[in-house]
Amino acid sequence: MAVDKFPIEASHIMMFARSVNDGNPIYHDAEYAAKSEPGAIIAPPTFMQASAQFDPDYSLRPKIGQPWFGSGKEPSGVKPGQSGGGGNKGTLHAEQHFEYHRHPRVGDVLKATVKPGKTWEKEGRRAGKLIFTETITEYRDQNGELVVTARGVGVRTERPATSG
Amino acid sequence: MALKASELEVGRTHSAELVKDIKRTQLVQYAGASGDYNPLHTDDLYTREVAGYPSVFAHGMLTMGMTGAMLTDYVGDGRLLKFGVRFTAQVWPGDDLEATATVEALREEGGEKLVDLKVSTRNQNGDEVLSGYAVARVDP
Repeated sequence: MAVDKFPIEASHIMMFARSVNDGNPIYHDAEYAAKSEPGAIIAPPTFMQASAQFDPDYSLRPKIGQPWFGSGKEPSGVKPGQSGGGGNKGTLHAEQHFEYHRHPRVGDVLKATVKPGKTWEKEGRRAGKLIFTETITEYRDQNGELVVTARGVGVRTERPATSG
Repeated sequence: MALKASELEVGRTHSAELVKDIKRTQLVQYAGASGDYNPLHTDDLYTREVAGYPSVFAHGMLTMGMTGAMLTDYVGDGRLLKFGVRFTAQVWPGDDLEATATVEALREEGGEKLVDLKVSTRNQNGDEVLSGYAVARVDP
């Protein structure tokens, strides 16, 4: 996701770490973090994913005054074939890779730029034809230094993919 | 506390329980923190009747995030250089998850000691839900 400004903030890191069952004080205790090897509260390994919060066009967040494809009175707030309303056209997350050039810390303001990657197809056993799409996101800090490189692979399936 | 290369050997494993009986509420909590509000993870009515799955299921990134906690507890804070995974099966409400890191190689690069780890997360039936790797900087 392309994001102009992703401010690395302490309370966001605290909430994110809680949500992944990570009680490490490096993510919520500034005094502890100051005495640790990194010397500050740093981002947990998968925190770059939360840059979605700062992407104004992110399609998996309900937007004020716009239709939303989740349920309300009906199982979906969007009729079949209706455009808009969010969603990602049945794409599931197949792979995610992070390379840390350094670990982002509270106070950094990152900028994320997206480069399209490869696309390939495979015949799945249960879900029909699978279309894989790769996206490479580069997160740079306020000095223009590359901090994290993220490579995600999404898969679009013909039928729901359940594995048990 | 960081790992020491001198105290590691190829084949050594480290395991941690990530969650027992994962709750739908935790999926909601992860949606809020990450910003990924895909109804597949929080909205059972949509997921069953529109998307055609038996129930909501966990974000792959929630499993990766919990697995990341196992890794950083093992290698130390700020020591990871690479962490990558494939999501190999879905995680459903009620699942238990355990993650394991296995030492695959110890090497040196640019004057630094590194450890290559194989990473695997399995559910209560022994099915792998996440398969991946990590590279971390270790002390001599």
